[in-house]
Amino acid sequence: MISLLLRDLRLAMRAGGGFGLGLSFFLIVTVLVPFGVGPGSALLAKIAPGILWLGALLACLLSLDRIFALDWEDGSLDLLATSPLPMEGVVTVKALAHWLTTGLPLCIASPVFALLLSLPPEGYQWLILSLVLGTPALSVIGTFGAALTVGLKRGGLLLSLLVLPLYVPTLIFGAEVARRGAEGLATTTPILMLAGISAGTIALLPFASALVLRVNLR
Amino acid sequence: MTLTVKDLTISRGGIPVLEGLNFSLEPGHALILRGPNGVGKTTLLRTVAGLQPPVMGEVHAAPESFAYAAHSDGLKATLSVSENLHFWADVFGTKGIQHALDGFDLNALADRPAGALSAGQKRRLGLARLLVTGRPVWILDEPTVSLDVASVELFANAVRAHLAEGGAALIATHIDLGLDAEVLDVGPFRAKPKSGTGGFDGLDESFL
Amino acid sequence: MNLNALWEYANPVKFSRTVSLVLPWVSVLALVSLVVGLVWGFFFTPDDYRQGSTVKIIFLHVPSAMMAISAWFMMLVTSLIWLIRRHHVSALAAKAAAPIGIVMTLIALATGAIWGQPMWGTWWAWDPRLTSFLILFLFYLGYVALWEAIENPDTAADLTAVLCIVGSVFAFLSRYAVNFWNQGLHQGASLSLDKEENVADVFSTPLYVCIAGFVLLFVALVFLRTRTEIHKRRTKALLARERLG
Repeated sequence: MISLLLRDLRLAMRAGGGFGLGLSFFLIVTVLVPFGVGPGSALLAKIAPGILWLGALLACLLSLDRIFALDWEDGSLDLLATSPLPMEGVVTVKALAHWLTTGLPLCIASPVFALLLSLPPEGYQWLILSLVLGTPALSVIGTFGAALTVGLKRGGLLLSLLVLPLYVPTLIFGAEVARRGAEGLATTTPILMLAGISAGTIALLPFASALVLRVNLR
Repeated sequence: MTLTVKDLTISRGGIPVLEGLNFSLEPGHALILRGPNGVGKTTLLRTVAGLQPPVMGEVHAAPESFAYAAHSDGLKATLSVSENLHFWADVFGTKGIQHALDGFDLNALADRPAGALSAGQKRRLGLARLLVTGRPVWILDEPTVSLDVASVELFANAVRAHLAEGGAALIATHIDLGLDAEVLDVGPFRAKPKSGTGGFDGLDESFL
Repeated sequence: MNLNALWEYANPVKFSRTVSLVLPWVSVLALVSLVVGLVWGFFFTPDDYRQGSTVKIIFLHVPSAMMAISAWFMMLVTSLIWLIRRHHVSALAAKAAAPIGIVMTLIALATGAIWGQPMWGTWWAWDPRLTSFLILFLFYLGYVALWEAIENPDTAADLTAVLCIVGSVFAFLSRYAVNFWNQGLHQGASLSLDKEENVADVFSTPLYVCIAGFVLLFVALVFLRTRTEIHKRRTKALLARERLG
């Protein structure tokens, strides 16, 4: 399993932009927003948590179809399915690799983007906390969507259509943590909900992902 | 007995293609599958390898005894030849890739990225992967595609060595590998249309 | 009653035959109860003292909203049956129900907007219930799109069944998330849609007739569409047999 994780990370690095692509997309969204809504820092500060969460979500979505597509095309998935690794382990590792290459860099870089959007400084910790808690769920849910659509010719668009509704609860609670934190309100409930969603999806969804992946391989 | 197939019926896209297949494979033996294109050899191999469920019948084998190799080799273009082999060795929990490099004459290419290999060299690397799996039963789907004569000989030698060590191989191929192996023509096992709905609950036949 | 006898209808041929017998009756009953319920509701109930005649859209809005949720629930049950017992009819019934669920959701959303305009002065508000229906609509779209995208019918049935189950969990979560989120946005329940509680007796009887009509209409449409799907699969099987034979 560790070898699979290391291989995926190595592939992401060698392919160039494996780590950078999501971050650049996040940056572009952040830069474009003020052009769209105006430069007033009061408005930007108000919408910053939501924009940053949407940006993280879309950056995550952008790289989902690559989770299984390459391994499907070159036959690696068939070989992995006949290997000693359990399929549940394979999808978990895939989700983890996706999070390490997309979610984690976003969490680390988010204060810079928050700065660009004039988020009040007391909101930074809450933004980072919400992303750290929420982005693993985004990766795991996205892996499920990628497993559903692997091998489909027009999989990309369908993948977004399938995954985005599943992202709703994570987005709501994640953005709510960041927003309430920035406004100095109580954040305990949304933090617990967000952590619960992440824990639940990480624990259960790999079984569904492995099931649909096996169906797609036959 | 390494592998026993009993009264196997297999389907492709909800339609049965082969039925009533019975064969077995003992350690040290190879079985060559023949039959016209599209008859269902690939489907049969995938079913035996456990990638898809049979419609009826059983495949008996020790758990985790198969190494499967099909048309695509599962290589990563940006990884070197030895990195590709090391990865599969790690996945299958075996040590060392030197014998695989030797067996398929890949030593000179070991540090070359797999993406820079020719089609035949890629195939050799794909087949070398079989050696690092350490699995006793090889299931091979047209293994000699894009191999030149010398490489086919390398491959045949690898199979012979594998059989001599007590391994077994189930191979779908059209060329003569010069192996001492039984040949099974799957053509006569083509599934015949059924009348009525008897027993085909998992298939489109149940709609008739 | 022997419950096992129910599984006999999992046989596509038997199901088709039974549907052909039952369908005309269900259709007629659906038509009658819809006509009776709607005419009664629209023309023979008094105007509400506060909402005027606008309130009468309730006879379309409430039943369609109920069916939008019930259709998804039915898909969940049939998906589970397919995954556990592999009965084709079950998977095809789920496939057949989804577009009907979409239409019901759309009717509920549209009538809600038409009702909301004069009552709240806006066509759309991010009220928790409205938002939940919009999310449900998205789930339906994804489900139908996945069915359409996959060629192999058994693969499609498996994948959509898993999506339906996972989607149900997330739809449920979304419902609570949306409740939480909206509370955070604007306080107070000025746009609450809990009208079942306010419904007076004069309205309730025709409303029940309308609901019965919608249920029967749904059943009739699911029967019809499932039979069509079965016929499609039969055609495919016959063509395949011809190729083989």
